[in-house]
Amino acid sequence: MYAFDYQRPAALSEAASLLGADPEAKILAGGQTLLPTLKQRLAQPTMLVDLGRLPGLSAIEKTAEGVAIGALVKHVAVATSDVVRQVIPALADLAGMIGDPAVRNRGTIGGSLANDDPTADYPAAVLALNATVVTDRRSIAAGDYFQGLFTTALEEGEIIVRVDFPQVERAGYAKFPNPASRYAMAGVFVAKTAAEVRVAVTGAGQSGVFLWEEAGDVLSSDFAPAAIASLQLDPADLMSDLHGNAEYRAQLVKAMAKRAVAQALA
Amino acid sequence: MNESIVTPIGAAVRRKEDQRFITGKGRYTDDMNRPGQAFAYFLRSPHAHAHIRAIDASAARAMPGVVAILTGADLAQDKIGDLICGWMITSKDGTPMRMGSHPALAKDKVRYVGDHVAVVIADTLDAAKDAAAAIAVDYEVLPAVADLGTADAGAQIHDCAPRNVAFEWELGDRATTDAAFAQAAHVTKIDIVNNRLAPNAMEPRAAIGEYDPGDEAFTLWTTSQNPHVARLVLSAFVGIAPEHKLRVIAPDVGGGFGSKIFIYAEETVCAWASKRVGRPVKWTADRSEAFLSDAHGRDHVSHAELATDAAGKILGLKVHTRANLGAYMSTFSSCVPTYLYATLLSGQYAIPAIHCEVDAIYTTTAPVDAYRGAGRPEATFLVERIVDKAARELGLDPAEFRRRNFITTFPHQTPVIMNYDAGDYAASLDLALEMADYKGFPARRAEAEARGKLRGIGLSNYIEACGIAPSAAVGSLGAGVGLWESAEVRVNPTGNVEVLTGSHSHGQGHETTFAQLVSARLGIPIDQVSVVHGDTDKVQFGMGTYGSRSGAVGMSAIVKALDKVEAKAKKIAAHILEAAEGDIEFKDGKFTVAGTDRALAFAEVALNAYVAHKFPTSEIEPGLKEGAFYDPTNFTFPAGCHICEVEVDPETGVTQIVNFTAVDDFGIVINPMIVEGQVHGGIAQGVGQALLEGVTYDADGQLVTGSYMDYTMPRADDLPSFRLGLTQTRCPSNPLGIKGCGEAGAIGAPPAVINALADALGTQDVPMPATPAKVWALAKTRAVRQAAE
Amino acid sequence: MPETPDTAMAKISISMAVNGKPVSTTLDPRTLLVQFLREKLLLTGTHVGCDTSQCGACVVLVDGAAVKSCTMLAVQADGTSVTTIEGVAGPAGLHPMQEAFREHHGLQCGFCTPGMIMSALDMVARLGPALDAATIRENLEGNLCRCTGYHNIVKAIAAGAEAMGAGAKAAAE
Repeated sequence: MYAFDYQRPAALSEAASLLGADPEAKILAGGQTLLPTLKQRLAQPTMLVDLGRLPGLSAIEKTAEGVAIGALVKHVAVATSDVVRQVIPALADLAGMIGDPAVRNRGTIGGSLANDDPTADYPAAVLALNATVVTDRRSIAAGDYFQGLFTTALEEGEIIVRVDFPQVERAGYAKFPNPASRYAMAGVFVAKTAAEVRVAVTGAGQSGVFLWEEAGDVLSSDFAPAAIASLQLDPADLMSDLHGNAEYRAQLVKAMAKRAVAQALA
Repeated sequence: MNESIVTPIGAAVRRKEDQRFITGKGRYTDDMNRPGQAFAYFLRSPHAHAHIRAIDASAARAMPGVVAILTGADLAQDKIGDLICGWMITSKDGTPMRMGSHPALAKDKVRYVGDHVAVVIADTLDAAKDAAAAIAVDYEVLPAVADLGTADAGAQIHDCAPRNVAFEWELGDRATTDAAFAQAAHVTKIDIVNNRLAPNAMEPRAAIGEYDPGDEAFTLWTTSQNPHVARLVLSAFVGIAPEHKLRVIAPDVGGGFGSKIFIYAEETVCAWASKRVGRPVKWTADRSEAFLSDAHGRDHVSHAELATDAAGKILGLKVHTRANLGAYMSTFSSCVPTYLYATLLSGQYAIPAIHCEVDAIYTTTAPVDAYRGAGRPEATFLVERIVDKAARELGLDPAEFRRRNFITTFPHQTPVIMNYDAGDYAASLDLALEMADYKGFPARRAEAEARGKLRGIGLSNYIEACGIAPSAAVGSLGAGVGLWESAEVRVNPTGNVEVLTGSHSHGQGHETTFAQLVSARLGIPIDQVSVVHGDTDKVQFGMGTYGSRSGAVGMSAIVKALDKVEAKAKKIAAHILEAAEGDIEFKDGKFTVAGTDRALAFAEVALNAYVAHKFPTSEIEPGLKEGAFYDPTNFTFPAGCHICEVEVDPETGVTQIVNFTAVDDFGIVINPMIVEGQVHGGIAQGVGQALLEGVTYDADGQLVTGSYMDYTMPRADDLPSFRLGLTQTRCPSNPLGIKGCGEAGAIGAPPAVINALADALGTQDVPMPATPAKVWALAKTRAVRQAAE
Repeated sequence: MPETPDTAMAKISISMAVNGKPVSTTLDPRTLLVQFLREKLLLTGTHVGCDTSQCGACVVLVDGAAVKSCTMLAVQADGTSVTTIEGVAGPAGLHPMQEAFREHHGLQCGFCTPGMIMSALDMVARLGPALDAATIRENLEGNLCRCTGYHNIVKAIAAGAEAMGAGAKAAAE
């Protein structure tokens, strides 16, 4: 690691002013992505602003619309939360599939969303559930939030405060992990409301998480795994690498979509 | 546990060494720190192949904390020699292998990504890394030679090796093999890629070099499987210091699997540089460096043909293999694709004629050397794949075809040097078939099919040559060293015992099994025995641990030393008991005058040996300490049958191993718990090779699989629990009847897994690693094929 | 592991309890928890086997939960209670999970073992003492072993968990 200064603000406003004063400062939440990056000397921030002890960002609360999850809530807390399990069980399932137990004990939902790794799990849930990312400045709809690989609508120094997930009729998540890294090679979150079905795909797209609208359309009229069977996802926009080409990823997306629907129906 | 009990051979004694490992008190190299130590960081080549025009380290040298920056020019100035390959192979045209110069720090050229350009030594590792980034290297980039198949036509890597060929070698008789093929009713052909693997001992390599100017002597702590060989090479060839001025200590070592046999650039530089900078120099690899620079394993491309007669008997085998050596010839790299490979091509089968050609090729990739099994997994994979394919082509059950061709009488001379001393291959096949419920497989396949899954079953009847090896024999084949082992048994006056061994334990449990042997033999509790290894100042010499040799060779040396201890103790006992030496019997820890109740406990004789009051020291020297060197009379030949049953999900290509049965004949087993553990670990590595692992370089010679993010290590949920069975034929070639067990799993498993997949997928073209993506494509092809039928 | 240098950056003062003992120090903020444990406290039982947070040789408990100490700054552990492998055995002897690893030959070279034992303790804390093989394998996703093929680690954790459960039950009665 390169050297850096370290600050642990006690209030959100203090964090914001630290970040505002130093454009080379970075936010440290759970550190499960940032610290490996720093260890490889792939980034050289002047300062880490550790949000870890900020009050008010670690709560899971049932709301009128669904559930609000504070930015610093750890994956393990979502996975084991009675509230999440009751309101959106698929979200708890998803959190329990992130990384491994030790990573889940440190990694946070805010950190995952701010980083926006194209193979991370949370973006699929946020996009499929049409959640709202609430920051210290504004609320950002999921559809506006994700803008490509490691790219979000967040501005310099903007801090995620919580994520508001609306309750849906049914939801399911299925993930095919990369055999080596165990990140998603194809992670599909399916969410059904009275109005529509949204199918969000992570791990497979060249530009990060995306909505598979065709699948959403057919599932709107027939919410069953078999409804997807005849669909073909165009491999042109999917990733190819050592672990599988785009054609294989297209197949995995389809297979995981079927399983996610089955989960939602279970 | 360290129980105060006498531990018989064959008992599952719990391990003595575990106490320190389960409490965090292990002592690995990186756990050590020397006063005043500085830290080494290696500037590595980012290019696969390049001339170094110039290195400018002036700015880097001025940076804070930098102690020294050293390059190949400094090595040359100090007349430090090249790293060597210790086994001379002669090509079929009679010319010696072409060994390219391998300096510990590059001189004019770099030959793989990760090659050592310079070392920065600094007060801290971060300071060393900062300075390394400030070194300016002017490279003239040359074309990479990353592909084994086309390396002959690529840019020449070493001046001495045109076409990038290190040697073109053959074994067996071409004419008799051709004649056998002329008689064949059927010829089975197969093309095989044996994928390249990264060894991945969990402890990364590390070294601390320290120079004592008062004694003009060096100490090197290093992660080695064979510290004495390291010292010999560093003294006699590299020229760090004479042997008596170089102490090499390999403390607790966190796994090796072959990768820590070799003498690498990093420990060489740490030792040498410690004198130059006047401070201890410490280096610890991070995992990324390990992927770049630990010697890889396997990496063969082969074509083979098997001739059979009308009755389904094998007539002959022809093999042509291209073996990737990487950029340099590592310490034992030349013997792996030759004498550890082609000599096992007869498998468990009576094959009258075998001819094998091996072309060893340089590429601009990390060096390739021995990895668990070393040559024998490559041979077994080839034999067991082609035998399986032949059975299917002949319409025979794979088990029946194998049985029809088993060697059944011993000793058996193969056409490829080896003389198998003992075995019962049908016995292990029968037990494995029964344990795996081979008969019940069709029903299980039908049940899986009803669930939309493809089920397959595969056999592998492996043989390996272990107990490496008779010194004169390997010498005649080109080895630069003898492969005996040493032992010293030191009985203390109070009757407890230290055993000094040249074997090195890095997970194998020698501290337990060796002590168990001594306990059983001397009739003293196992907690009265300690095992000393891994330090050239304590153990005089030894050849180390690899090739499943510590039991068959290392323990045989201990037996020989124990024989001498017993003989001398009997002389002493005879004097004390006032009996003839020939009348003294030693049993259950007691020396008894035959036919009487006059007896002395072992400890009483030990004390008397040192007190020396009761025997004439003009006839018998005081003390009770004996050493022995044991040179094996033959290789040993562990063999067995592994059966793998898989279930493939055609929707995702995921292969699940639903049953893995391994039946092995290791001869006499000292500690079955430890033997089973060795088999488990070997199978995991074999399954890893078959389904998960593969080192990949791109066309520019960049390592694609440079971390656990891309290189698929077997994890707990990738593997099943294993069913193990043992059959036993005593090895007649050593006093304990031991064959060795360390590599069997890694050798037997890959063909069992791939044969099972071939069965499930209905094709013989199943590549390793059979990743979900590849299996999915094969399953899709199968579905198309079936639809067409 | 890297020795952490003095730098121009401001040092930070932290305190924590390590294996029940209070520890205070001043260090460079970039010091990882594992570096602090190994290099400053000389608790070398916690190991480093990779640089991508995958192998789990560095797992310790922070406030009772398993974390990868190579992926946590020492300053992030300020004010916490850290347990390393050196703190697992009690005054009366080995912890039942340690005993189980020995009894079931759940280790060979020993390098991954401290991380395995710490992860096993976390597993029992989260999931209770009755652990089946599939659950154990799934929960070992973040711990690599190259020696054992996991077969005996799985057995050891199941047995260790059961012994912990029996111990807790006996203590409650």
